[in-house]
Amino acid sequence: MKPALFEYSAPKTVAEAVALLSHDPGAVVLAGGQSLVPAMNLRLASPSHLVDIQHIDGLRGIRVEDGRIVVPAMTRHRELELSDAVHAANPVIREAMAHVAHVPIRNRGTVVGSLCHADAAAEMPMVLVLTRGSVVAEGPGGRRTIAAEDFFQFHMTTAREPGEMIVEAHFPVLPEGAGAAFDEFTRRHGDYAIAAVGAIVGFDAAGRARDVSIAACGIGSKPMRLREAEALIAGTPVGEADLAAAGEAARAAVSAPDDMHATTAYRRRVVATLVRRVVGRAAQRAGKGR
Amino acid sequence: MSTRAFGSRIKRTVDPALLRGEGAFVDDIPLANPLHAAFVRSPYARARITAIDVAAARAHPGVVAVYTADDIGVIDREMPLLIPHPSMTDARTQRPLARDDVYYVGQTVVMVVAVDRYTAEDAAALVEVDYDPREVAVDIEDAVKPGAPLVHDSHAGNVAAYYEQVSGDPDAAVRAAEHVTRIKVKVERSTAAPMECRAVAAQFDAVSGELTVWDGTQAPISVRGGLASIFGLDEDKVRVIAPNVGGGFGQKVLLFYPDELLVPMAAMELGRPVKYIEDRRENFIGSTQERTQVHAIELYARKNGEVIALRDSFLHDTGAFIPYGIAVAQVASTSIAGPYRIPNIWVEFTAVYTPTVPVTPYRGCGRPQACFAIERAMDQLAEELGLDRFEVRRRNLIGDDQFPWTREGLLFADGLRVSLDSGQYQTALEMITSELRPADFAAEQARARTEGKYLGLGLAFYVEGTGLGPYEGGHIKVHPITGKVYVNTGLTGQGQGHETVFGQIVADQLGVAVEDVILVEGDTRAFDWGVATFASRAAVVSGNAIYKTALIVRRQIIRAAANMLEASEDDIELRDGAAWIRGTDRNAPLAAIATASNPLRYAFNDAAKAATQFMPASKHDGPPLDEGQHPGLEATDYYSPACATWAYGVHGAIVEVDPDLCDVKIRRYVCIHDCGNMINPTIVEGQVMGGIAQGLGGAMYERIEYDPEGNPLNANFVDFLVPYATEVPSVEVRHLETPSPLNPLGVKGVGEAGCIAVGAVIASGIEDALAPLGAGKFHNTPITPSMIHAALGGD
Amino acid sequence: MRRPRIATPTVSSDPRAPVSITVNGERVEREVSVRMLLSDFLRHELGLTGTHVGCEHGVCGACTVLIDGVAGRSCLTFAVQASGHEVRTIESLASEDGALHPVQEAFQECHALQCGYCTPGMIMNIVGMFEEGRPLDLSDEGIRLALSGNLCRCTGYQNIVAAVRKAAETMPAG
Repeated sequence: MKPALFEYSAPKTVAEAVALLSHDPGAVVLAGGQSLVPAMNLRLASPSHLVDIQHIDGLRGIRVEDGRIVVPAMTRHRELELSDAVHAANPVIREAMAHVAHVPIRNRGTVVGSLCHADAAAEMPMVLVLTRGSVVAEGPGGRRTIAAEDFFQFHMTTAREPGEMIVEAHFPVLPEGAGAAFDEFTRRHGDYAIAAVGAIVGFDAAGRARDVSIAACGIGSKPMRLREAEALIAGTPVGEADLAAAGEAARAAVSAPDDMHATTAYRRRVVATLVRRVVGRAAQRAGKGR
Repeated sequence: MSTRAFGSRIKRTVDPALLRGEGAFVDDIPLANPLHAAFVRSPYARARITAIDVAAARAHPGVVAVYTADDIGVIDREMPLLIPHPSMTDARTQRPLARDDVYYVGQTVVMVVAVDRYTAEDAAALVEVDYDPREVAVDIEDAVKPGAPLVHDSHAGNVAAYYEQVSGDPDAAVRAAEHVTRIKVKVERSTAAPMECRAVAAQFDAVSGELTVWDGTQAPISVRGGLASIFGLDEDKVRVIAPNVGGGFGQKVLLFYPDELLVPMAAMELGRPVKYIEDRRENFIGSTQERTQVHAIELYARKNGEVIALRDSFLHDTGAFIPYGIAVAQVASTSIAGPYRIPNIWVEFTAVYTPTVPVTPYRGCGRPQACFAIERAMDQLAEELGLDRFEVRRRNLIGDDQFPWTREGLLFADGLRVSLDSGQYQTALEMITSELRPADFAAEQARARTEGKYLGLGLAFYVEGTGLGPYEGGHIKVHPITGKVYVNTGLTGQGQGHETVFGQIVADQLGVAVEDVILVEGDTRAFDWGVATFASRAAVVSGNAIYKTALIVRRQIIRAAANMLEASEDDIELRDGAAWIRGTDRNAPLAAIATASNPLRYAFNDAAKAATQFMPASKHDGPPLDEGQHPGLEATDYYSPACATWAYGVHGAIVEVDPDLCDVKIRRYVCIHDCGNMINPTIVEGQVMGGIAQGLGGAMYERIEYDPEGNPLNANFVDFLVPYATEVPSVEVRHLETPSPLNPLGVKGVGEAGCIAVGAVIASGIEDALAPLGAGKFHNTPITPSMIHAALGGD
Repeated sequence: MRRPRIATPTVSSDPRAPVSITVNGERVEREVSVRMLLSDFLRHELGLTGTHVGCEHGVCGACTVLIDGVAGRSCLTFAVQASGHEVRTIESLASEDGALHPVQEAFQECHALQCGYCTPGMIMNIVGMFEEGRPLDLSDEGIRLALSGNLCRCTGYQNIVAAVRKAAETMPAG
């Protein structure tokens, strides 16, 4: 399968890129290409114009500052995965990255690219939601920050306006004393998630959970927080009964229809199991292995 | 027979080139300014074509030609029915380009030829075809229901073939039985998915009038014969070469695929080389598939578990056409009793048309389905009679002293009654029992359950009829300058290591190093009598042909050497590339013997000088060449097997099922197999392990999905799940070698062995693991987590 | 009657772009269609046919090469995207005199290839892993994880796992 023809530009600045994207509604950004090019080869996507951003200054170099991990647009998955500074700031990222496709894809694919592709079963969009992160867009109207839950609207649909380019993503660092965990179920290693769950759990002085964030992907039309499950964990010592209740509550969040890889009923079972296991693991990791 | 190279784990001679990336697969072969083909394919499972407009495509820059059925001359016809059989009526085969009707999503309708594949795909998108879609019944059981939409109006009930076979007196045995076990099982469609898709390139030389075709085929000689006949060319003017081929697994036999006719046609018409390199999506919707069968099987037994009769009625999905006849169903039906005595058998099958990709053999060719049916039924019988699974098999296996065991009335793919010639089935059962230690496992299983872990043991036997005829040939020539030995045969390889395996056979007979045996196969110019590579036959048929040929050349060498060295033939031994007088240092290198065996007029080099007609190799009066003698060291011979020779084995596994995630892990997988004498045990193990991986794919991951309208839903590697290294366990392979009594080398085929029993083993293991949770039976493959969830009562 | 040879086009009308890529240590400069995939560039523009194409959607790994020293899918990269970068293919591994790289040697020793089609991509992925310089997990599970992402239909992977372990023994550390 060969892609259809396109115009190709390789701008040197964000402003140039924004101008190109604004000028042609059929133009898309080419960063790592690991999501875009397969779609183009299959002719499921035939953008009229590819704007290759690899030569733009300032789109490389991970920074940890002001309580967040700043990931510029040309940061490859593998770079974020292997960074010890990132791992120290928030270990859930490396744990989730192990499930993102395979190393050669992570070598070339970019984190921001995956966020913009917004596949409902993709791991990094879910991690952005889990950590309560955001993205920064540059467009003809200027620069704006979009919170994760506002950014992901639907399977492969984001709040990015035509003409805007996402220049960086922000992943908040793990709160002091909190524990985090991530796990995913797939048929084969590296496949899109049948379901994946991430959890961040902190504890107060009395040993009750607080600042609980539980997120999932692969179960609906976008990555989502599991708020009912969170409510059943917050304020509890996160014992077996609490975990079981949270897992059961998470079932209702599954809206994906039966497909060839999983029935809805089965997916509910997976999400319940993963919530129990992942929240439990996060709780154990909070503050020196409670 | 010397056993020095034969039986040794010799490293493959072909590897260095492949490892350096110097393989020559069809798309690697440089051609001068080739044109590229792309196809417009039907988007409907069943429709009438009402109009085709190619004007925009023809006018597109870079396009050289666009063909519809009206533009392809003599090949606008239904392609050959390869294996006729009386069970079929009016067998339907496909046209290279559809005329009036399309019968499956993916069927070729228009061919575009352009300067490159990118442009050809652009132009294909500009072709407009108007369709009038028709109703379809895609599921095989729906397709045979009364009133179901027909694939072919000519075939009521979508029945392509019906065949019934009887062995012994099943009616009497049924009446005498004390117990009956009845189950229904289904195996779902899969595809070979070789890593290299199919490919065809053709070039016509107007000066010599020769058509050369490079085809990633398993059957170059058969393709050549077909092309010559269809295009009305002399066979000598058609050369078909199967170069390096990236996996075949049966899919690359079918002749003809539309492109195998259309690409040569275009090359001849356009006067430029043309190539068609199939892409992965096209492999899923245009290259053949296999596996769907539904079996209703009954075992009639005595209370002690001895099965005295088997009845099986099955549906076989042949897809939209039936070019390969009933081969897959026939192999399944004749393998249905497996390795068990079961003296009375009634088996019937109905081959059913469905509006899907046509079905031809995929590694296993019906044996996996038959094995799944009989082995699941044997497990069920054991449970119903309260007998151990191993014991039930022991009571039914053909005894080690009971061979040959014939099944009159069941005709195998060789057209002859099934005759299991040799084996040690009981010994194999003992071996797997001692490997798996079921009694110890039962204790481990109980312990694990107390920890909330669910372990299960799975077991399945299989038999495999191999080494089909009609024949293959061998040609051997000792090169007079280098002394290397050139070998040719008519079939071809897709990774089986023929160069090494056949080299080992020849090396032993001629006393040369395996690296000095050079095999050229898969080229009709090198050798053009033969059939193809399929059905686990290369080692048996070509192997024995090459062996017989080597014996002739060996005698030639010994006779010539005896003359040259002035010794008795009995004192000549061949080793290290020369003929020696035993016990002395006197020797003649093969190169010298080859040169000396060719009486020459012109001494064009030193070796030739020694061999000119003034110094003949044989000292006698009369002509340098006797009547009937030919120059050089060279021979051709053939091996035509009287009947198939049956390999077999038994697989067992320990699986663990996570009852929360419904995930299955294989903790241990053991395979006992017997393919007679092994020419190269390492290569045999490679074949077995590869087969097991494909079997595992079918057991747990692979299923070609169609929606109710016949649209393929997973025509790509994202959604059709071929296992990675993380999904395939390490396996332990143990060998039994019961030589075949039916051929000089005592070998049996092994190419398909690995994949046959895996589905049954996995189902058996999962069922055993989840029995305490009331999960019930697993009678369908692939077994997915969703199925396990449902079996556990999941809502 | 013989007719005049048909004049047929030999190049497409795609807009072309200059690319300059360092392939196996040698700078090559060409003008190619903007949409030409790196896999097609290597194979058909440069004649380096050792890199194979299995799926063109990034799943099978047959097309894996090293791009700027790390494994990447050449079927998911445009030649124009690779301009200015370094690419290494299977052809770069053996030495000039034909001596095999330790990974290639290990593959032959361990019978880790049959048809050879997945092999170049499999090997480049492994070489990329070795050259990354990170500590290696040479357990069965660790090696299989490293190999996931490369499909093989012939071998069942077991001998490939053995080949990776063997190569690790024979290669200099780090």
